[in-house]
Amino acid sequence: MPVVRLRAPLSELAGGKREIELAGSTVAEVLQALEREHPGVKGWILDERGAIREHINVFVNRDYGHEDTAVGASDRLHVIPAISGG
Amino acid sequence: MTELLVGTKKGLFVLEGHGDSFEITSRHFAGEPVEFATRDPRSGRSLACVTSAFYGPKIFYTDDLSAEWQQATGVELPEDAEKPLERLWTIVPAEGDDHLYSGGAPGVLFESHDGGASWELNKAFWEQPTRPEWSPGAGGMCMHSIATWPGDPSRVALAISAVGVWLTDDGGQTWRHGNKNLYPRYMPEEARADTIDLCVHNMHRAPKQPERLFMQFHGGVYRSDDAGESWVSIADGLPSDFGFPMVIDPDDPDSAYVIPLVADMDRTTPEGKVRVYETRDAGASWIERGDGLPQDDAYLTILRQAFCGEGSGASMGLYFGATSGDVFGSGDAGKTWFSAATNLPPVHSIRAA
Repeated sequence: MPVVRLRAPLSELAGGKREIELAGSTVAEVLQALEREHPGVKGWILDERGAIREHINVFVNRDYGHEDTAVGASDRLHVIPAISGG
Repeated sequence: MTELLVGTKKGLFVLEGHGDSFEITSRHFAGEPVEFATRDPRSGRSLACVTSAFYGPKIFYTDDLSAEWQQATGVELPEDAEKPLERLWTIVPAEGDDHLYSGGAPGVLFESHDGGASWELNKAFWEQPTRPEWSPGAGGMCMHSIATWPGDPSRVALAISAVGVWLTDDGGQTWRHGNKNLYPRYMPEEARADTIDLCVHNMHRAPKQPERLFMQFHGGVYRSDDAGESWVSIADGLPSDFGFPMVIDPDDPDSAYVIPLVADMDRTTPEGKVRVYETRDAGASWIERGDGLPQDDAYLTILRQAFCGEGSGASMGLYFGATSGDVFGSGDAGKTWFSAATNLPPVHSIRAA
């Protein structure tokens, strides 16, 4: 199964786990599985419409991913805040 | 002891003090923008609106500031919303037990019936037929003012930048405008009479005379004596009719305090002097209050939620914070002022607990 890698504070919301194996064949499916398994994460990465928040980057391995980006069993998803803010 | 909850661009600061001596006792949500924080006087529960640039707007609550904060549920728009919830601007105790309102952007009202642990969108307001025509102000389409009616939970007035005043007489099941005689100079003359692009900056109800409200407008200071249906200008005597924050003395329906800024194109204190203006005759005249405030080369910006009162009468506490990170206080209803804190991050909000 693909692995999602999280940093704080998301990892804290996921029970302290920094790496989680989750089922899914797209980025959205994997992140929705993350929300089901760890409800504390709900609303933090995906907004209420199911879209990745504007200032969150989700990489599939080394490439930027989007909601519909395909994910394979050996892929790693990195959820990282964007380089933005003030 | 006075406790101040100071929401800043980089976290919530709790200040505690007596008289003119305050100190920072704790910091929460380090690094995160805290748009607003308040303590519900009925329950003692503290609530904070935190809008992470990355993770979106959330409401958190705690019954003990030394314990962990809990994230409230239900603070979201419907799945078919065009855009996600942007920001939460205020939390206000309502008339029922454990009943709270929260206003946010894009022009949304949430209600809680369990003291702020869970929230629900007010659908009637969300589904206003004119919503597609609404325009945001520079800070977003923010619902920043929620004026409840003491003893009557059915009557509420809302204010939104820039969609004017909204009134309900049935507890939020239906809503109507309350904009008569507001004068938007920023619109073409031909459009002023009919526009709903009305940029209210702040609005407060006088609890002892609830049909009276005071308003700071985007160019204008107004009073309503008919529960927000219509408005009269009370800006004569102020150095500027532009500004954001407003406070009233809850026991004096003729009272209001404003902190004028130069204008929309120069949102700083006029003439480099920090001055609060007070009326005790419902806006017929204004008294300048600056004793103890910076009066030389002081070009501060005070945001709409960054001014609050505590108590009432001659010993009423007044506190405001600026984007400079300064916090000022008064323990004598504005006659004299002192510095309560310096070098904080830009101050978004301040409430006394």
